[in-house]
Amino acid sequence: MNQIDVIYILWLRQMKRYFRSRSRVLGAIGQPILFLLALGYGLGSVYKKAGQGNYLEFLVPGIIVQTLLFSGVFWGIQILFDKRFGFLKEMLVAPVSRVKILLGNALGGATISLIQAALVFVISIALGFRPENWLLIPLAFLLMLVLSVTLTSFGAGIASMVEDFQGFQGINNFLIFPLFFLSSALYPLTNAPSWLRVLGEINPLSYSVDALRYTLIHQSHFGLGKDLIVLAITLVLAVAFAVNRFNRIQA
Amino acid sequence: MIEARNVVKTFGEIKAVDDISFDVKAGEIFAFLGPNGAGKSTTISMLTTMLRPTSGKLMLNNHDVTKEQANARKSFGIVFQDPALEEELTAYENMQIHAILYGIPKKDQAQRIEELMRLVDLWGRKDSYVKTYSGGMRRRLEIARGLLHHPKILFLDEPTLGLDTQTRNLLWDYVKKLSDTEGMTIFFTTHYLDEAEAVAGRIAIIDHGKIIATGTAAQLAKQTKTRSLEEAYLELTGREVRDETSLANNGLNVRTAMRNRNIR
Repeated sequence: MNQIDVIYILWLRQMKRYFRSRSRVLGAIGQPILFLLALGYGLGSVYKKAGQGNYLEFLVPGIIVQTLLFSGVFWGIQILFDKRFGFLKEMLVAPVSRVKILLGNALGGATISLIQAALVFVISIALGFRPENWLLIPLAFLLMLVLSVTLTSFGAGIASMVEDFQGFQGINNFLIFPLFFLSSALYPLTNAPSWLRVLGEINPLSYSVDALRYTLIHQSHFGLGKDLIVLAITLVLAVAFAVNRFNRIQA
Repeated sequence: MIEARNVVKTFGEIKAVDDISFDVKAGEIFAFLGPNGAGKSTTISMLTTMLRPTSGKLMLNNHDVTKEQANARKSFGIVFQDPALEEELTAYENMQIHAILYGIPKKDQAQRIEELMRLVDLWGRKDSYVKTYSGGMRRRLEIARGLLHHPKILFLDEPTLGLDTQTRNLLWDYVKKLSDTEGMTIFFTTHYLDEAEAVAGRIAIIDHGKIIATGTAAQLAKQTKTRSLEEAYLELTGREVRDETSLANNGLNVRTAMRNRNIR
């Protein structure tokens, strides 16, 4: 019972921090919305002329994954903040296992990303996006939940390894942006040049985008089965990575 | 209550703590003094389970710090050198998190939190965000928090740094009372020797990772043929100014060394 209380109170702390800072709520969805507007409308006509159909529809799943990627991995900064401002020590000397501390905090981070992705979903509907089949929406949100846990764990693992904000920023530039741009989030892999397609196909994020695209607009490059397998493997690897790195923190 | 046997902590080539042993008895107030970079904080980090000793044995309340971490952790409360509060939450919420982390029964939580917050005179501001608190208020809150789970041992790592005289007096009066009435064991570090002289039963002086003297303030003065703790301290540790680096460590800072993962 107490074990669940510990995870719950740490989760609740993340929630309180999030909802008390309105600028964070708005700031974090500003970027995806900008992408939706600028790319969705800007490239929409070109995409249509190329005979590919509606670009906004194609883009929305990609932008939802982008939201989860950025807010999930960036959430790792929270661990750096806690290191810098001391609260991590308070948690680490408590008679509670580190896995629970990580779990409570990371589930909080995952919930935050999921809320932001849901906001982006709602906004995209306001912009004219219509899912192919509303019955698949619960499945889409389940996928988003799995992905948010994967990505916050990934962010937590990275944050446990680096010492300062600059280091984290560097990882962001050399890892997160390539992961995003070299996935199938912004363009279909089918007609991409072969080198780009290869990069897209070894990028695990492509499979998340693909799975979400299947549930939202019924388009798939890899097939849902393959998507789900890759998604499950990355979830396990990301959580193992986070636990391993977080366990090594010496305050 | 606290037992250290031949404790060594190395960071690569650097011996931050070099074979120290000491005992602190139940109910005792024990001061741990030393220049910057002498190994005080490393020792406290090891005692409070944040760092693993390279070798040697540490016991808190008869629990081995490395083998029975959870029991050892339940035995102590700590006020860190740097504040360790969640600033975006209220003082009361900080206390609540602590209560749950330490498994204090639900029915006792509210009462105990109120009791301690009244004691440090913060009950009136319980619902204010910690970020609006002054340095002194934060320290008081941290002390209240450190005591919430009724620890047998209280660690205070430079608790009076940056506090005004009133708050310092209040803090030490309170610490003495805890030791007298509850028999709590107190282990603290400070750079203010007058505090150590006034409050501590026994004092250990650490330098270059080794304990170079232990005893009451009077014993230390006698041993060095000086008249006060301050003179004895300077006699023992020398007069030159220390950085966080030390010559014995090839001029390397311990924290820098910790960051260098290759040599760990």
